[in-house]
Amino acid sequence: MNLLSIAYKSIKQRALSSSLTSLSVALGVMLMVAVLVIHGIIDRMFSQQTIGYELIVGRKGSGLQLVLNTVYRLKQPIENLPYLYYLELKNDPRVQDAVPFALGDFTKEGGFPIIGTVSDYFVLDYAPDSRFKIRGTGFRESFDAIIGSRVAKTNGWDVGSTFTLVHNSAESTHEHDEVFTVRGVMQATGTPNDKTVFIHLNGFYAIAGHDRPLHETLTKLKAFYTEGIPGHPELDQMDPESLRPKESDGHDGHHHGMEDWQKEVTAVLINCKRPPDWPADAASPQLGAFQAEKKRGFQAQAVNPIEPMRELMQDIVGNIRKVLVVMTGLIIIVSGISIFVSIYNSMSDRRREIAIMRALGAQRRTVFSIILAESLLLCVGGGFFGVLMGHGLVFAAAPYVAAQSGLLIDPFAFEPIELTVLPALIVLASLVGIIPGLTAYRTDVAKALAE
Amino acid sequence: MGCARWDKSMNSHGTQLVGLGEFMSLLLERVEKSYREPDGSRLPVLDVENFQLDDAEQVALVGESGGGKTTLLNIISGISTPDTGRVVIDGVEINLLPEAARDRFRAERIGFVFQTFNLLAAFSAFENVLLGMSFSGGRADRGRALELLDRVGLSKRATHRPGQLSVGEQQRVAVARALANRPSLLLADEPTASVDLANQENIMTLIREVCTADNVALLLVTHSPDIASRFDRIVRLDEINRVSQTTAAAGDPA
Repeated sequence: MNLLSIAYKSIKQRALSSSLTSLSVALGVMLMVAVLVIHGIIDRMFSQQTIGYELIVGRKGSGLQLVLNTVYRLKQPIENLPYLYYLELKNDPRVQDAVPFALGDFTKEGGFPIIGTVSDYFVLDYAPDSRFKIRGTGFRESFDAIIGSRVAKTNGWDVGSTFTLVHNSAESTHEHDEVFTVRGVMQATGTPNDKTVFIHLNGFYAIAGHDRPLHETLTKLKAFYTEGIPGHPELDQMDPESLRPKESDGHDGHHHGMEDWQKEVTAVLINCKRPPDWPADAASPQLGAFQAEKKRGFQAQAVNPIEPMRELMQDIVGNIRKVLVVMTGLIIIVSGISIFVSIYNSMSDRRREIAIMRALGAQRRTVFSIILAESLLLCVGGGFFGVLMGHGLVFAAAPYVAAQSGLLIDPFAFEPIELTVLPALIVLASLVGIIPGLTAYRTDVAKALAE
Repeated sequence: MGCARWDKSMNSHGTQLVGLGEFMSLLLERVEKSYREPDGSRLPVLDVENFQLDDAEQVALVGESGGGKTTLLNIISGISTPDTGRVVIDGVEINLLPEAARDRFRAERIGFVFQTFNLLAAFSAFENVLLGMSFSGGRADRGRALELLDRVGLSKRATHRPGQLSVGEQQRVAVARALANRPSLLLADEPTASVDLANQENIMTLIREVCTADNVALLLVTHSPDIASRFDRIVRLDEINRVSQTTAAAGDPA
């Protein structure tokens, strides 16, 4: 019999207290693993280095919120920009790509966010060196849609499926009449695109109710362009009140078949032009100046899609993680102490057992090792179950987290830092095993046998 | 048999063999042991001028409680060391060995049968026998463990734990465990004192038979004249322990 099997027998002899102390280690490790895995997923999701575009231009406001709703499809969109402004950006000689995003609706089934955009979006990388792979024809008509893999899976949609939208939120009862048809299904990307439904921007504008009353639109436009609406001098002259519908004519003030000046976008994704020999992973040379210029403007902002999230991760989420890791670490240490107490308390009952082993020829260091092995078995065994339970917890929590926050969590995600759990537990086990081990080491055989 | 084992002792313990009669298993010479009293004075417990056991000899050591017999057995087995004197087993002067080597020597050469069996409750009969082999440095021989259990008539109880065995059966397991490493000397400390009358006879017969069969020297401590009377050589502890002779009435902490 080797030392481990002797130690295992002793543990089995005290099955209840052994399993309880081991369980406390398991619970601590479970929590730590769950915290690490979930944090790792969030960290990776929010700290992508490139996401296919360098800047997001949106209405002045919280840059973080602009990134959250444009990139991560979380939170309500902020105020819109005039479509005319998107055209300006698109025609800016420094701009390579300008992709409009119009947000605000959700699918009736499943409540997935809708983005009105153009085909150009699907040509951009969604992650470093990762292109969208889309099965189907893609956008051809106004009421065509491309859906993310998770949407397809959850709703059971495929190319040819049709669906309708609800305005503003899934809870809203305001359902649009327009029927969209799925023309493309994306392969899974592991990004929020998986849970997004993209519709043709023209289709978005064609939805009844997506145009404001004309007088409101003009008032907003004038407020945005305080120095004159570009390309539309006639609008500068017009009094918005003249467009207000009169109660007598029964007209609702909507004008179907929208002019460009009536349209709005939520955000514009921008890539600046770069010289042909410019490194692919470096920011384009004009980016800084372009961003600074947009910042100067009173009405719009251009934010780096990475920066606000990085700050959020570092300032808040990173600290929360630290606190959670420290707390779970403390739980594990407390569990270690309970293992110490359990083994140490058993030592007085086991003096005779140890003396018998010594009488049979066991050396002092052998009985020391047996006690240490017990501590190791309890800690490492508990830790092993803890890792399994931690992943089980993530597995169980993944659908709930996805439903509550929209974050996609891979239930099988593994964090390399978990590999440090085992050596850490071995150190802990050695520490808590030393004192009981020394008690065994020092046992007076003659005296213990005579008792 | 003694000669063959001496060579092994030289290799494994690295000590010089001492001049011991060719057919001698155990020799105690001028062995003294005393304990420190709370007031700092020394209380002598053992003073043995000379005591020896021939190879494979079976001796009954008779003595009352408090006569120093437990101290004597601890010194012979190397659990304790004498203050002075020599303890030679199989030609190895074990009182000169460092503790770890004494432990190893005990595991390899000395079998122990206790009055209260001292089986480990967490282990089955089979595992208790294996445990006897686990500390000798070699591999535990499962075949030998089963064979020993068979010899003591417990092959069908091998998987039972001590709590599931009768006292007689427990002492049989203890005998099997003591023989596990093929010792040259078996120390039995009142092996029948905790066993019911019906089993005393069986246990005594078993111990003496296996020692004879395996050529193992036996030192059996008893205070029963009836058991002692079966041995060819009976040694009274107070005959060899000069402390008992002088302070027999004074009490003995051992």
